[in-house]
Amino acid sequence: MIAFRLGLFLVLVVLGAAAVSLVWVPQDVGAMAIANKLKPPTLAHPMGTDHFGRDVLSMIMVGARTSIAVALVAVGIGMGVGVPLGLAAAANRGGWLDEIIMRGNDLVFAFPSLVIAILITATFGPSAVNAILAIGIFNIPVFARVTRGAALSLWTRDWVMAARVAGKGRVRISVEHILPNVANLLIVQGTIQFSLGILAEAGLSYVGLGAQPPTPSWGRMLAESQTMISFAPHLAIFPGLAILFTVLGLNLLGDGLRDALDPRLRRSR
Amino acid sequence: MTVASIHRGLFSLLALTATMSMAEAKTDIIVGMQLEPPHLDPTSAAAGAIDSVLYANVFEGLTRFAADGSILPGLAQSWDISADGLTYTFKLHPGVKFHDGTDMTAEDVKFSLDRARAADSQNAQKALFAGIADVAVVDPTTVKVTLSAPNGALPFNLAWGDAVIVAPESIEGIKQNPIGTGAFKFDAWVQGDKIDLVKNAAYWGTPAKLDKVTFKFISDPTAAFASVMAEDVHVFAGFPAPENLAQFAADPRFQVLVGSTEGETILAMNNKQPPFDNLKVRQAVSHAIDRQAIIDGAMFGYGTPIGTHFAPHNPDYLDLTAQSAFDPAKAKALLAEAGFADGFTTTLKLPPPSYARRGGEIIAAQLREVGIQTEITNLEWAQWLEEVFKGKNFGLTIVSHTEPADINIYAREDYYFQYGTPAFKALMADLNNATDPAKRSDILKAAQKMIADDAVNAYLFQLAALSVANAKVQGLWVNAPTQATDLTAVSWAE
Amino acid sequence: MLRYILKRSLSLLVSLLIASVVIFAAVEVVPGDPASYMLGMNAQPDTLAALRDELGLNGSLIQRYLGWVGGMLQGDFGVSYTYRTPVAGMVADRLAVSLPLAIYALALSTAIAFPAGIWAAARRGRLGDTMVMGATQLGVAVPNFWFAMLMVLVFAIGLRWFPAGGFAGWDKGLWAGLHSLTLPAIALALPQAAILTRVMRSALIDALSEDYIRTARAKGLTRGQALRRHALRNALIPVLTIIGMQFSFLLAGAIIIENVFYLPGLGRLIFQAISARDLIVVESVVMILVFGVIVVNFAVDLAYAAVDPRLRARE
Repeated sequence: MIAFRLGLFLVLVVLGAAAVSLVWVPQDVGAMAIANKLKPPTLAHPMGTDHFGRDVLSMIMVGARTSIAVALVAVGIGMGVGVPLGLAAAANRGGWLDEIIMRGNDLVFAFPSLVIAILITATFGPSAVNAILAIGIFNIPVFARVTRGAALSLWTRDWVMAARVAGKGRVRISVEHILPNVANLLIVQGTIQFSLGILAEAGLSYVGLGAQPPTPSWGRMLAESQTMISFAPHLAIFPGLAILFTVLGLNLLGDGLRDALDPRLRRSR
Repeated sequence: MTVASIHRGLFSLLALTATMSMAEAKTDIIVGMQLEPPHLDPTSAAAGAIDSVLYANVFEGLTRFAADGSILPGLAQSWDISADGLTYTFKLHPGVKFHDGTDMTAEDVKFSLDRARAADSQNAQKALFAGIADVAVVDPTTVKVTLSAPNGALPFNLAWGDAVIVAPESIEGIKQNPIGTGAFKFDAWVQGDKIDLVKNAAYWGTPAKLDKVTFKFISDPTAAFASVMAEDVHVFAGFPAPENLAQFAADPRFQVLVGSTEGETILAMNNKQPPFDNLKVRQAVSHAIDRQAIIDGAMFGYGTPIGTHFAPHNPDYLDLTAQSAFDPAKAKALLAEAGFADGFTTTLKLPPPSYARRGGEIIAAQLREVGIQTEITNLEWAQWLEEVFKGKNFGLTIVSHTEPADINIYAREDYYFQYGTPAFKALMADLNNATDPAKRSDILKAAQKMIADDAVNAYLFQLAALSVANAKVQGLWVNAPTQATDLTAVSWAE
Repeated sequence: MLRYILKRSLSLLVSLLIASVVIFAAVEVVPGDPASYMLGMNAQPDTLAALRDELGLNGSLIQRYLGWVGGMLQGDFGVSYTYRTPVAGMVADRLAVSLPLAIYALALSTAIAFPAGIWAAARRGRLGDTMVMGATQLGVAVPNFWFAMLMVLVFAIGLRWFPAGGFAGWDKGLWAGLHSLTLPAIALALPQAAILTRVMRSALIDALSEDYIRTARAKGLTRGQALRRHALRNALIPVLTIIGMQFSFLLAGAIIIENVFYLPGLGRLIFQAISARDLIVVESVVMILVFGVIVVNFAVDLAYAAVDPRLRARE
């Protein structure tokens, strides 16, 4: 439980920082003070200033918004498309629809995700929206597979049989009976995908494919800090730690949730 | 541009080597550079990386650029110009051999020039050869080039890497196995990693001092820094991260070479797209820009402010920076006069180099101060060429024009910033017809003034040539009058 | 079984066909002209046309698609626009870096994960287990490019134990090659090792609760002995599945790490080819990667089906 609480704490800190940044940041991230550049951490700038004299703490707070928004919407896309597909596949077990969905899943998994992300941004230009798209697409088969797997076992339960005997259609059973019972699993998987999304967004914006300047993003802060790491290490350390703690928090939270929501798995932990 | 080379610790080094037993001087060198050539034919691609490896080292032209940008004889030891200025007779060095052992003769010169100006030519600078009407072989060491109109710039044009002399015998494989006449021979290419050159023992001119040269391609600036610090490379030509130079300068192991390039770095405006079709708006943008802040913030102090599209080290340069001095209040007033008291929103499209990416962020902040909002898009070169250069779909962009003496691009109406006024075209026509140096100088100055008066673009700074080298390496070019890493005179001090 | 193989083969072919169409379409819609990229800002229209002609860019989309697929069926992956060399040779060159790097990273991650996973499973719930699990949580959460940056700072620039990047080449000897791949392999291996440790541990714990382990314990084996002699073998199946997945990921997924260490690997080839609009290289390399994954999946499915008849019956 300590791990779960630590995870919850970290996630709340990040969410809190993002929320606060909507109304207040220590210093406007659009304002440049080149004379004040590359200052190490001080009281006025707890995380120092960057190569344009901007306050790193403020940039990290606003950057949290970018990371969270991208990862969250990408999870939304994955769930929104993947869960119905998974339910449909399970409801048509062994049928042609199941076959198409599962083969389609395998096909998407077979593509190298980063290459596809680069292609998407090469086509539509780099932006946060395209980063969301690139991450979201690869979330779809994950949710489809998890949903189908869990739904398949539910379809063999007595109460589903009862519902079928009562004359309910497969769509209705999927929505009314199967979905609520896989929801727990989806929340756990959602947390995991959320943390993977944060990492993916950092990776994409690190190679320049994410949110565009002046919108701060953690990955781009790292990329820009790279050449200065030897004389201004604070520029690389703080955004890196921000990513690390966010992902760590979400993973711990996800593990805790799994233990709480899915007692069958507790055995192995 | 202050042209200075910093030789730190040279004296302590001398003292040190004096106490050591006389060691053999090193005869090999590893040169890092950011971009890898796509292939090795300088006459059929724009990629500057090809010239950076091969120019002067492997391939030579009739004439060549010297380290200070002046034009020297190359494979042609001299040339005569006819009285009407239409015929150039080039006298070639006798006994020059290509690396495959074949002779370099007037036939090869004719072949090279005819190939560059042919209908199906793939030469990226085909315009350099446009005025050539005929190339004739007089004897094995004499070539006669006939022009359709007098052009005093012919020796300059023939010095470009795109005009080097190649042989019909080896042209087939030139992209993978370049055969030239230079002091170094091509040896091997590990794609994605490095190119090896070795000394040409049969060189016709002053032999190279080095036996072996390795060009290593390191595109990532961090990796470039690390490779120099770890002494994995001995020279990094065109160091991509100016922020690291102070560390190198402070380290006795290294020397930092700061020179100038032909790169006028400009904030280009789309002169046909509203609101930039309005002179007052363009002037407002020019006054909203704080050049020194951009040089400090994006280039860490390296670069010379410019007020027009001309290189400050050129004798004909006019310093017009005061005409568009940083003055946000004036910028706001001009915007108000133009009917944009509340400002406007436009696009700012940025190609990959850090001068553009970093400069762009600073300029966006400066423009915001006077009410101009920008939407920044970072583009790869291919996208930039498509959208901005060809499609002219942009409001603002930042790019460094690295071709030497290229003010004539302002005469091209269809050029991406779309200027090309009749008055400027007339000026360039006069320039082409003028042969008197004083008259040419006057015309060039008038042209500089005209584009500054019209505030065609906002002129930012002349790009600095920044290189880092091991403190013991000597004979490197400090300035970059053309894309080249001439290693023929480079050696290790010992 | 035969019917199952036929059915799966058909879906394999359909998958490959769809993949080729998707890849071709996705690459061809990318804006930007390879010829203008190569000839730059001063190129004249007739020069551009001449180059486009030579590159075969003037044919219709369908012609070019058929030409590409037809070539691949005969083992011809086309000729790179920018480098003007056959794509197959370029891929072979890059695999000489990417394949050893993937194997090296996998070897490291397995070398860490096996002992760590076994150790943690044997000490389940105790301090050692908690420490290992905490470490794996960190390992999973660290962005590997950030970790790589820090390693370069410490081990290449600071201590100068390893080169900051680049690849020495196998012609310099095995040691020189491995030496230059060490930091990138560690950066790649770290998150994989963390994942593998967790899988190893939970697979072992699952196996330890099986009846045959209880029998073994009842026969007088200690927990550790039972674990090593019996549980380990049964835990290997999930672990090997994960290793297989990680290998295909490492082969293509090392783009960012290859960039940090400027390694001339497969990932960087794709990255550079996209920015140079060397479309044929992008298409062929991505197709090769996708082909590899699809065929491996196919083989694994068949292997499972051969072992487990229930899977066939299900279909």
